[in-house]
Amino acid sequence: MTVRTLKQLSDLLAAGKTSAVELAQDYLARIDALNPTLNAFITVDHAKTLAEAQAADAARAAGNAGLLTGAPIAHKDIFCAEGWKTSCGSKMLDNFISPYDSTVVEKTRAAGLVTLGRLNMDEFAMGSSNENSFYGAVKNPWDLQAVPGGSSGGSAAAVAAGLAPVATGTDTGGSIRQPAAFCGITGIKPTYGIVSRYGMIAYASSLDQGGPLAHTAEDCALLLNVMAGFDERDATSLQHDKEDYARDLNQPLAGLRVGLPREYFAEGLAADVAGAIDAAIGELKKLGAAVVEISLPNTKLAIPSYYVIAPAEASSNLSRFDGVRYGHRAAQYEGLNGMYEQTRAEGFGTEVKRRILTGSYVLSHGYYDAYYLQAQKIRRIIANDFQAAFAQCDVIAGPVAPNTAWNLGEKNADPVAMYLEDIYTLGVNLAGLPGMSVPVGFGNNGRPVGMQLIGNYFAEARMLNVAHQYQQVTDWHNKAPAL
Amino acid sequence: MKWEVVIGLEVHTQLTTQSKIFSPASTAFGAAPNTQTAVVDIALPGALPVMNKAAVEKAIQFGLAIGGKVNRRSVFARKNYFYPDLPKGYQISQFELPVVEGGAITINVDGVEKTINLTRAHLEEDAGKSVHEDFHGQSGIDLNRAGTPLLEIVSEPEMRSAAEAVAYAKALYSLVTWIGICDGNMQEGSFRCDVNVSVRPFGQAEFGTRREIKNLNSFKFIEQAVHAEVRYQIELIEDGGKVQQATVLFNPDTGETRAMRSKEDAHDYRYFPDPDLPPLVIGEDWIERVRGELPELPAAMQQRFQSQYGIPAYDASTLTASKALAAFYEATVAAGADAKLASNWIMGDVSATLNREEKDITASPVSAEALAALIKRVMDNTINNKTAKDVLKKMWESGATDPSVADTIIERDGLKQETDTGAIEAIVDAVLAANPKAIEEYRSGKEKALNALVGQVMKGSGGKANPAMALELLKKKVG
Repeated sequence: MTVRTLKQLSDLLAAGKTSAVELAQDYLARIDALNPTLNAFITVDHAKTLAEAQAADAARAAGNAGLLTGAPIAHKDIFCAEGWKTSCGSKMLDNFISPYDSTVVEKTRAAGLVTLGRLNMDEFAMGSSNENSFYGAVKNPWDLQAVPGGSSGGSAAAVAAGLAPVATGTDTGGSIRQPAAFCGITGIKPTYGIVSRYGMIAYASSLDQGGPLAHTAEDCALLLNVMAGFDERDATSLQHDKEDYARDLNQPLAGLRVGLPREYFAEGLAADVAGAIDAAIGELKKLGAAVVEISLPNTKLAIPSYYVIAPAEASSNLSRFDGVRYGHRAAQYEGLNGMYEQTRAEGFGTEVKRRILTGSYVLSHGYYDAYYLQAQKIRRIIANDFQAAFAQCDVIAGPVAPNTAWNLGEKNADPVAMYLEDIYTLGVNLAGLPGMSVPVGFGNNGRPVGMQLIGNYFAEARMLNVAHQYQQVTDWHNKAPAL
Repeated sequence: MKWEVVIGLEVHTQLTTQSKIFSPASTAFGAAPNTQTAVVDIALPGALPVMNKAAVEKAIQFGLAIGGKVNRRSVFARKNYFYPDLPKGYQISQFELPVVEGGAITINVDGVEKTINLTRAHLEEDAGKSVHEDFHGQSGIDLNRAGTPLLEIVSEPEMRSAAEAVAYAKALYSLVTWIGICDGNMQEGSFRCDVNVSVRPFGQAEFGTRREIKNLNSFKFIEQAVHAEVRYQIELIEDGGKVQQATVLFNPDTGETRAMRSKEDAHDYRYFPDPDLPPLVIGEDWIERVRGELPELPAAMQQRFQSQYGIPAYDASTLTASKALAAFYEATVAAGADAKLASNWIMGDVSATLNREEKDITASPVSAEALAALIKRVMDNTINNKTAKDVLKKMWESGATDPSVADTIIERDGLKQETDTGAIEAIVDAVLAANPKAIEEYRSGKEKALNALVGQVMKGSGGKANPAMALELLKKKVG
């Protein structure tokens, strides 16, 4: 397989060398062939996809095509899409057909992108391996024994395996960056508030942020241009002027200051991952960047802080799944409380229950100050650490995760061990900063390594510029797994 | 033992916004179930709340009207609990930082003024309704009301009797309807009171254990419920029992309060700041604009009525019971009626008739201008007071918006007072001739003896004689 980028498809469509229907059929055929192995998609609906493709071709024929009209996309099953089952990877929503579009889906539709289907994910976006899905684990296209990462595991696997050129994802504690790293593709989590959360099923509201997964930084920029923008239906959406995230892609990197956080290269980082990151930083230096050592002294505190705040918000966000109005309802129960208990016992998986219980506990009377308030204070300290670091550098570079993808089933018995794998990604969400993952090679086991770039607020264009320049002199992003 | 009653109120006032507090759905009452629901109100996955500025503005109005502090920054919090009519599994409310703090309301019970301090007022959303009729063994859920904006107004526990509690509720009701933030429709639940009641021996500093009577939607029920609750608590303690903190419901049919849940099974609501809503920031300019647009408030208007119109405090307070009544009064005076006479007529016959017909002053068939024209005919002695009452009744029946109606009726029915001395003199002579005993009494110093004769002169004149003139003549003749 050769990698096909969104940019290439857009050029082919513009040149009349292919059509939306042809592309849709092509990708649907590949999904039909490979999805039984990878399990990246939860829902595929040929008729719906082809109808969208025909509409896109008609728009182009009528002279109403935009840059991306007719190009395919697949959505993480967390973005509500009218008429599509929107399950969020949960039995709870297995029967939920959304009656409305999320802002992200509305925007991709308006841009003429054609929906290939709905992507697998960890249930309610809780997980780092995509093993927590009601629809079963997603396989890593580079190694079917390996996890694809999570929670946007379906998104990353689909793009890596060429089942979709680009995909949407969400990132609450690393859920775009880590699967992108594990699957050898590029993904960006924007500044909190850039992409509307309206219609994006909430896990932890103050941390959740949608973003693109793609092969290249350029594709990420093109898709982010579609996804981003102020939305009055989301009170946490930022009134930030519309940007062209591709505008700086071709800027040279001379004079760029890259900060390397001491704590991200300390004990715990696997040697093969460190090696790949070092080599990538070497490339950035060759491109004219200067490297400065920085410190993010409270990196370790991100884990306990995150695993208090995220479950606290989740415990409340998931209360609406009560079997009353939509979604799963137990067939057998006694009384109102029995209905709630039985419905939720059946509808939620183990990790979701664990986080609801944790979250309910830390918010309960007498524990709130010790856990939730304390975690919020740490959150502020972590954000301050980043601001101090950005006084010394323009972007921060480091690993996305301490290790390459682990084996399916390997860490299931030990949730805390899995939580520790999130150490480099959580701080970005706690601080609300943009972060991205760029493929920079492979580990000893042949599984991909991702380099993380972290920018200050609204530095997406600069980060995409750095990644794009790196991708001009390397070809990790053009590697495709043999399937 | 002498017991002292301690009462505090939490009042839920429904704010008069077009759309809901966090969604664009309509707040209109009475639509078919679940037709006024946006994605937020059904709590679909992915739905997000967005603050309705109109609700905030009404909270600011209230804060300014009670002289409270409008917080420049307040925070929405989630109150978590499961109930079928609470679609999100949490209610968005304000907990640690409410939009308004402090302020006070003055009440008047039997002529004694008292200031009741307010603790706070906070914005929150209403829940939906569970409907138990028509569903055999099941419950229906109507979410039309879910997300309706409420301002919960919490008083300090400063009331000491059912009468004070009712006076406070009425004063608050009058204020929120006066400034127009609440439509005051108590049947539809626009103004609902939770009343906290405890008792303690007179002189004891600490409060007793309180029970909270939920959801009273009439002033009469507040009074009855407080009486019932006080009786229950005192009897319980005097019988050696202890009051347990509880939430209770009042049953108007039995006149009793009944515990709904005790403190032991009280919820842990797991309050925390709602991450979907940034803190509510209210700028100085917004507050100043609202201040500039506030109508004259009842207390200020009462003062003005006393000084401008020279009417007693009681009249001023009665006439400012509602904005419409006050406006009617001012229009009557502006149309030329004497200020005190206008007050007497409006508080008297006009109000009595409205009450009897269960009408509001805005539905009065007699306009302020028409009433003023009638009062002017009393002032210039064209008719006497008694005749005027009859004329008003006729005006009421026929409807009188035009100021000429009173004169037309007086003319048509020949009701003008007889001011011709000669004509009255003849009647006076006849009356005196028929009542020698009264003359006797008067001459022996019983001044009032002649008053009875005035009535006979009036009767003789068919009600048209000027009573003052008749008395004058009687005195002169008996002399």
